[in-house]
Amino acid sequence: MVVDPVPLQLAAELFPNGISRYAVGGLLVGLGAVVIYVGTGIPAGASTFLESTLSYVSDQPRFQRYVSSRDWRVVFTLGIILGALAFAATVQSGVITTSLYQPGTTGELYEVGGVTLWSTGVQPWRLFLGGILVGIGTRIGKGCTSGHGVCGVGSASKTSLVGVVTFLFVAIVTAQIVAALGVSP
Amino acid sequence: MSRDRHPLFMPLILVGGLIFGFGLGFSQMARPEVVLDFLQFEDFGLLFVMFGAAIVSGIAFAVMPRIRDSAPLTGDRYERRLKPFDRNVLIGGAIFGVGWGLSGICPGAAYASLGVGNVTILWALGGMFVGAYLQGRWRSQRVASNSDPTSAD
Repeated sequence: MVVDPVPLQLAAELFPNGISRYAVGGLLVGLGAVVIYVGTGIPAGASTFLESTLSYVSDQPRFQRYVSSRDWRVVFTLGIILGALAFAATVQSGVITTSLYQPGTTGELYEVGGVTLWSTGVQPWRLFLGGILVGIGTRIGKGCTSGHGVCGVGSASKTSLVGVVTFLFVAIVTAQIVAALGVSP
Repeated sequence: MSRDRHPLFMPLILVGGLIFGFGLGFSQMARPEVVLDFLQFEDFGLLFVMFGAAIVSGIAFAVMPRIRDSAPLTGDRYERRLKPFDRNVLIGGAIFGVGWGLSGICPGAAYASLGVGNVTILWALGGMFVGAYLQGRWRSQRVASNSDPTSAD
């Protein structure tokens, strides 16, 4: 049977790094959220950690509402960091190889104690300024890519769908403008 | 949430976080460059991450309330994540969008980025705390000076 080359070529253009690493990674992200939801009933988002952790050092009333959840949010975030480190120590280091994972060529790899680590080439000013806006925006907008994008969309929440469409659209416009201005990486 | 937490509550949160973070690493979302490539229409793989994750969580959100009344470790009812809509969703979403488009980083992915060895991401994490603090201060003051407490979400 002859495979029609047109869809294959299209897929290669739209997905130059294949789709398996994205699909497998996405399923695992969803699974992590499901494990927490099934056990506790909590639809976990990642951005509330910012405000809840600030409640340890600031007595602003805005942060105090998260006092009751701040300890498990720290554990959740620690889990995310350690989970990513486990990924770095296994798949990223080549200890576990799978055809589902395509490593990519962005940023810079370096090694510490036999573990292959990765560092970004995106400039610090972009990360810092972007971070400030992310910190303001996710909290005013009631969620981020995990809260709205994963748990909210998974809940078929209209608020979350509107939130996702809003930040996705604005992010695309912003990234295109920044690239057009010649800022790279 | 009940005050007396089940002894497995924290371990379960940790396990969920571990899987979540491993997935963010595997999917390359911990790399701002890959997110920026998506936003510049050079690689549409991010769609598989977001919708793949949303489909998996969506199944749990749809099924769990039908087979159990409450979660075993908290006794909390299984509910969907439904937040009330107001213009803050649009304003905050737009501000987040500018930040995401500029940096290629969002909160969960930033934590994971630290895990894969990206020390430079501390700039973004520092920025996020600054931003979260600024909005918290501003909104705390606004609520304090507002006679109508129901306007706070």
